[in-house]
Amino acid sequence: MTQTVTNPTGAAFDRDPLLEQILGPTPGQMLRRRVLGHQGLLIGGAVIALLALMAIFAPLIAPHDPFAQSLMNRMEPPVFLGGSWEHPLGTDHLGRDYLSRLIYGARVSLLIGVVAAVISGVIGTTMGVAAGYFGGRVDAVVTFLINVRLAMPVVLVALAVVAILGGSLTVVTTVVGLLLWDRFAVVMRASTRQVRAREYVAAARAVGASTPRILLTEIMPNIANNLIVVVTLEMAHAILIEAALSFLGLGVQPPTPSWGLMVSEGKTMMLFEPWLVLIPGAVLFTLVLAINLMGDGLRDVTAPENRN
Amino acid sequence: MRNETKATNPVLELKNVSKTYSVKQGLLGKSRPLTALRDLSLRLEQGEVLGLVGESGCGKSTLAKILLGLEAPTSGEVLVDGAPLGSQDRLALARRIQPIFQDPYSSLNPRKTIADIISLPLRVHGIGDAASQQAAVREILDVVGLPSRVMHTYPSQMSGGQRQRVAIARALVMKPDIVICDEPTSALDVSVQSQILNLLADLRRDLGLTYLFISHNLAVVEHLATRVAVMYLGRIVEEAETEALFDGARHPYSEALLTSVLTPDPSLGVPRMNLGAAYPNPIDPPSGCAFHPRCAKATEACARQRPAPVVDEDGLIACFHPNGMAPTRSRPAEAAPRLSASV
Amino acid sequence: MTSPLLSVRNLKVDIPSGSGTLHPVRGIDFDLHRGEVLCVVGESGSGKSLTSLSLMGLLGRTLERSADRMEFDGINLLGASGRQMRKLRGARMAMIFQEPMTSLNPVYTIGDQLIEALLLHRRMPRAQARARAVELLEKVGITAAASRLGQYPHQLSGGLRQRVMIAMALMCEPQMIIADEPTTALDVTIQAQILRLLYDLVREMDMAMILITHDLGVVARVADKVAVMYAGELVETGTVAEVFDQPLHPYTRGLLDCIPQPGKTGRGEPLGTIPGIVPSLVGQVDGCVFRTRCTQAGPACLGPIPRRSRDGHLFRCVHTDGYAPAETKAI
Ligand SMILES: Nc1ncnc2c1ncn2[C@@H]1O[C@H](COP(=O)(O)OP(=O)(O)O)[C@@H](O)[C@H]1O
Ligand SMILES: Nc1ncnc2c1ncn2[C@@H]1O[C@H](COP(=O)(O)OP(=O)(O)O)[C@@H](O)[C@H]1O
Ligand SMILES: [Mg+2]
Ligand SMILES: [Mg+2]
Repeated sequence: MTQTVTNPTGAAFDRDPLLEQILGPTPGQMLRRRVLGHQGLLIGGAVIALLALMAIFAPLIAPHDPFAQSLMNRMEPPVFLGGSWEHPLGTDHLGRDYLSRLIYGARVSLLIGVVAAVISGVIGTTMGVAAGYFGGRVDAVVTFLINVRLAMPVVLVALAVVAILGGSLTVVTTVVGLLLWDRFAVVMRASTRQVRAREYVAAARAVGASTPRILLTEIMPNIANNLIVVVTLEMAHAILIEAALSFLGLGVQPPTPSWGLMVSEGKTMMLFEPWLVLIPGAVLFTLVLAINLMGDGLRDVTAPENRN
Repeated sequence: MRNETKATNPVLELKNVSKTYSVKQGLLGKSRPLTALRDLSLRLEQGEVLGLVGESGCGKSTLAKILLGLEAPTSGEVLVDGAPLGSQDRLALARRIQPIFQDPYSSLNPRKTIADIISLPLRVHGIGDAASQQAAVREILDVVGLPSRVMHTYPSQMSGGQRQRVAIARALVMKPDIVICDEPTSALDVSVQSQILNLLADLRRDLGLTYLFISHNLAVVEHLATRVAVMYLGRIVEEAETEALFDGARHPYSEALLTSVLTPDPSLGVPRMNLGAAYPNPIDPPSGCAFHPRCAKATEACARQRPAPVVDEDGLIACFHPNGMAPTRSRPAEAAPRLSASV
Repeated sequence: MTSPLLSVRNLKVDIPSGSGTLHPVRGIDFDLHRGEVLCVVGESGSGKSLTSLSLMGLLGRTLERSADRMEFDGINLLGASGRQMRKLRGARMAMIFQEPMTSLNPVYTIGDQLIEALLLHRRMPRAQARARAVELLEKVGITAAASRLGQYPHQLSGGLRQRVMIAMALMCEPQMIIADEPTTALDVTIQAQILRLLYDLVREMDMAMILITHDLGVVARVADKVAVMYAGELVETGTVAEVFDQPLHPYTRGLLDCIPQPGKTGRGEPLGTIPGIVPSLVGQVDGCVFRTRCTQAGPACLGPIPRRSRDGHLFRCVHTDGYAPAETKAI
């Protein structure tokens, strides 16, 4: 959008080069420009998009049924280790197609990442925004709760709860979601305090706008960029915790295909067939790396001032 | 009490208002009270431009926030048209009193379009439908001298002066009659400042507005204000008609402020200020008259006792040794001689 | 006439960027003599800070500086190495910034920071350096100076910090001080005190000072010579009396009309304005940069704008007639 600035003298010059002044880009345009110029973000985003598509269309893509056992074809190596194209990534100790299990495993990882991040995001953001906006007592209570939460070791608590309730996708997701809200609360509290001090919030209050309206239309849009960054970080965090729990046998239960579980099941044969561990491990690593790349990228792109 | 020969019609009035914040000193320090406003009384009369001047930290913005209902006074009363502020409908008040803030970079929500920002008051108050709100935005943009095509742009696309016009448009879109301007031009370049000052003056004339005009720029206050209140450490120390104050300030602090104004007159040098000490810390205010450590006229009495504000036909003065009516504006002949002459 | 302490010809700063090179400072010429105060005045973004930083050799690495001449006391600053510049900056030219908190190190005491330069450049014994620090703090009007040496920057008020900055700038008795908006963040009462102090020190120590400001009041009261900067160029330069009493460039006149002046502008009467906005300085900048906001602009403003002179009062405008084109002379 170009702004034609009228010369005070009128039509002295029709097209003055000095006046070809662009009315700066809109925030949306600026964002687009920065996104397109950020390699880490683009790479991370592409990898995540790919894995997400894989998870969604798993039944269409997967060459085999991930649960179908074939004891005849146990431990077939992947093609690059001399296997056949029938099972491109080989088969596991029960003869299930490894590629298909990997593809279905993406569902578990992404599901737990998204759902746990949503649960903890709702809890943490509510607490953090309330603390930052209202201050005083509310802030004191929230700060206390954050400190209590930070004193609890996440994996140990998750282990204990899962051990009591029994491992299942639902239990693991809920437990992780209920544990990971601390960073949301800390970051949202700080950003809300910052935004709250801006004069446009005072202006909205002076207009008589209600508190929910101010929170929704003045505060939230301006802390959303920080929220997105935390969401990505906690998604990666949740995915890793699920993998750890499953690895320890207390997470998702067999035969559900989960990357953590696949590593766990492969570990007994790790010395002879290292690819059983390396393949799901590498995919897990790639996903977490991609999420972190995207998180860093989003921070750079939406809040360049917070880079350091 | 105020001389009742002049019938007054205050639209806004502060009666013995105090405001105390508690501030934490250091990481583990205890909270200590910081009194930003001390037993302050002030009237804003219908149709006037009351200039409020004083050094930073003296409580000007706190006073503005209290008048806007954004902060509650710790003690004392705020009256709007004679009725206590607390007893009035929040929305009705918002329709009467609106603010313009100092920093046009922080007073506009960067995530909203200009149209959204300006129409917020209308939407909050449920005035009109979407179409009539758009029309109102267009109209007010015209009033503040912005083309209506800026409606769909964002604040980050505008210059400081344009943003301040948007802030003014938002304040005026509900046609308030009182506008609290807290340093509205301090963040702007002079060429833009003059545009905004002209705009404020035009709007006042055309719309019959009443302004509380907070500024630390005395030249601007002299230009725009009809009456001036001088604040020092949470209190009003002098109040007078603009002309009277600038012709002869009675309080030594007002006098010092006036001396420090640097008018662009190359025949004058830099004034010698004899305000020895620094501005006091509001947490540990000086005894007696808060200004006494910096005052050339201070006597022992000033350190011991606080001079009570005296209201007379010229205004208000709180000083044991007020100046007479001798002019204090430095004239070329009396001013510090230009130093280059001595070299 | 003695040779100038600082002589600058055709100073330029270029900033390469994605959408073309930005030319924020173009063709700056001036001479500064000992005992003189030159005020550079202009609105924000006009390139004042970049000019001062390029004089000090403190520009960032992505910024390109060029000039035909830049001589300080016979030393060619253009060819000076990083080491030579550091030596010069510590000892012979000093800079005072707008926000002292950003240039004072919060973890060292005032005393340590004050004497550091002396220990470094003068190899002076510590005790002697301390004594000098106390003397200078007293000189800049700080009471109980000796006890202040042990304090940290955050324990001082803004006005006091600015005085400490001035004392620090004076420690090695520089020949030139560049003060970039030293009083903009301060209250008017403190501003007057700091300006007075700088002014007296310049006279007393026979230094030269470049004072950068956007406040015409400050300029009128402090300057010997004035350079009015607009969009990267010095559009008018002259003595303070010349520029204020007979401004020749439309921008200077516009600026003077914008500020309320008691006695000249009637109370409540409309002030002068400069409509329009500062142009973009990306790419080739031709003709008069002020033409987009100038009420006198005409076709001639698109062509080259000669610098013209009336007895050393220089301006870049084709309109004010009857003045000779300037030779290569600066103010
Ligand atoms: N929310 C707050 N909490 C604590 N102290 C405050 C708060 N707001 C203002 N103050 C203090 O109150 C005093 C007056 O501040 P303010 O009204 O902003 O002054 P001014 O606008 O005149 O510069 C200052 O000392 C300031 O530090
Ligand atoms: N490091 C930089 N990179 C890009 N642009 C810059 C940089 N520093 C300054 N500028 C631009 O150069 C112009 C002049 O800046 P500056 O010298 O700081 O102005 P002033 O001090 O007069 O306000 C401004 O438009 C500014 O945006
Ligand atoms: Mg304030
Ligand atoms: Mg600058």
